[in-house]
Amino acid sequence: MDKTENNKAWLLVLPVFVIVAFSAIIPLITVVNYAFQDILGPQDRYWVGTEWFREVLTDDALQEALLRQLVFSTAVLLVEIPLGIVLALGMPSRGAGASAALVLMALPLLIPWNVVGTIWQIFARGDIGLAGWFINGPLGLDYNYTADPFDAWVTILVMDVWHWTPLVALLCYAGLRAIPDAYYQAASIDGASRWSVFRHIELPKMRGVLLIAVLLRFMDSFTIYTEPFVVTGGGPGNATTFLSIHLAKIAVGQFDLGPAAAISIVYFLIILTLSFVFYNVMIRVGTGSSKR
Amino acid sequence: MSRSRVVVIVWFVFLLLPLYWLFNMSLKTNAEILSGLTLVPQNPTLANYRTIFTDPSWYSGYINSLTYVGLNTLISLSVALPAAYAFSRYRFIGDKHMFFWLLTNRMAPAAVFLLPFFQLYQTIGLFDTHIAVALAHCLFNVPLAVWILEGFMSGVPKEIDETAYIDGYGFPRFFLTIFVPLIRSGIGVTAFFCFMFSWVELLLARTLTTVNAKPIAATMTRTVSAAGMDWATLAAAGVLTIVPGALVIWFVRNYIAKGFALGRV
Repeated sequence: MDKTENNKAWLLVLPVFVIVAFSAIIPLITVVNYAFQDILGPQDRYWVGTEWFREVLTDDALQEALLRQLVFSTAVLLVEIPLGIVLALGMPSRGAGASAALVLMALPLLIPWNVVGTIWQIFARGDIGLAGWFINGPLGLDYNYTADPFDAWVTILVMDVWHWTPLVALLCYAGLRAIPDAYYQAASIDGASRWSVFRHIELPKMRGVLLIAVLLRFMDSFTIYTEPFVVTGGGPGNATTFLSIHLAKIAVGQFDLGPAAAISIVYFLIILTLSFVFYNVMIRVGTGSSKR
Repeated sequence: MSRSRVVVIVWFVFLLLPLYWLFNMSLKTNAEILSGLTLVPQNPTLANYRTIFTDPSWYSGYINSLTYVGLNTLISLSVALPAAYAFSRYRFIGDKHMFFWLLTNRMAPAAVFLLPFFQLYQTIGLFDTHIAVALAHCLFNVPLAVWILEGFMSGVPKEIDETAYIDGYGFPRFFLTIFVPLIRSGIGVTAFFCFMFSWVELLLARTLTTVNAKPIAATMTRTVSAAGMDWATLAAAGVLTIVPGALVIWFVRNYIAKGFALGRV
């Protein structure tokens, strides 16, 4: 769509700017303040330069948390994106079944995140949880997510798949519904196989929504906190201490404001860089055929 | 039956099992929960739900949560509507940067804002109020609302605006009486998303409240006591947090798919 040049449009954006700036810029200034000073009391503060940054960047705990975070986010994308596509393809497209499937599919997304954690904490417990009991009993595997790091990882990953694959599925479903029937008719006249219908009609049409799905899933898994915190508290040991959990441990747990602020800034810069890359890819693809 | 249909059925079983288990536990007594696994409650009881509905410290949590979620939805929509219109119709200095900056706030980790928010709201005297949580949640809901609304608004042909202006409509009158009704499904979907993300968030909500505005999800941590976990009440409270979401989904079910695509299909 052609847009008109009009700088008065700023007046319409102003309320948004004010309200978001209040919540985003003032806290960020506080964080920067802490990151470069050692604050012992209201009147008792020292400029420490980049000391906190040097401290946290050479800290093994942060590097390990970052590595864990990257592995986790990659795993999340590798499972949830293909699964979401398959689910979208299989969901009924019209009638009462479609409505019911949509409502059911969206249900996990509307559950408070700590309740999601609670549900899985209960469900996976060996003594009172169905899944934990089933894996330990009839399946005969030794499974305990509070003691074994691998089991903890699997539990968190399965929980995230349960919680967020519906988002990917719903996005893809919306993309699929936007394809006119004529495309499918043309394909069947040409005798196209199921795979080539997917590869040459459905996948290109889903490109725009898939990018949104990848962006949202990557970013949200990168900042995950509540769900694993409720289930494992970051343990056993540090096995499921992701970046946000690590940060909260230092900021609220130990009240080390300087290092916490320095980590916050590093964390924020990583997010900023990743968002920038995704945003530009989205703009480029978005201006192609799939958008609007 | 196609293979992907089988995957969908298996998926729904997987989706419902943990939820069924929670519901199952909410109808049991703690003694039954701890005495061994039963697939259906042996002596179904509503006592856990009765506890929640009669104890003010429990049910006020629901009222608090719904209050700040409602406030947040209202604020987010009213500031995002004009801004989304500006982004969908006009080019202006710094528009792309502004849009990107908004998006980064949607992506920012809540953990980063934990401490600064705590201090900010203490300083301005809004700590432990509903409006504090509603404002804090604007950090991610306003950008999201702008993003979704912009998608829906771009689907409305520009000729409608031009015709209205030629007919002598001023911007406020055109916007409120013609444009807003045109995109009401988009507004409904956006309200749904604001509700959703404010309802599910806990980290900030818990940090900014102690008693008066404490969200239900934070109240749930009370079930840990010296006598051990009160699993049954915890399960009942969990089930009750799912209900508002389920109701809201039902209302927007016909627009939900388009909404999840942020209006961009």
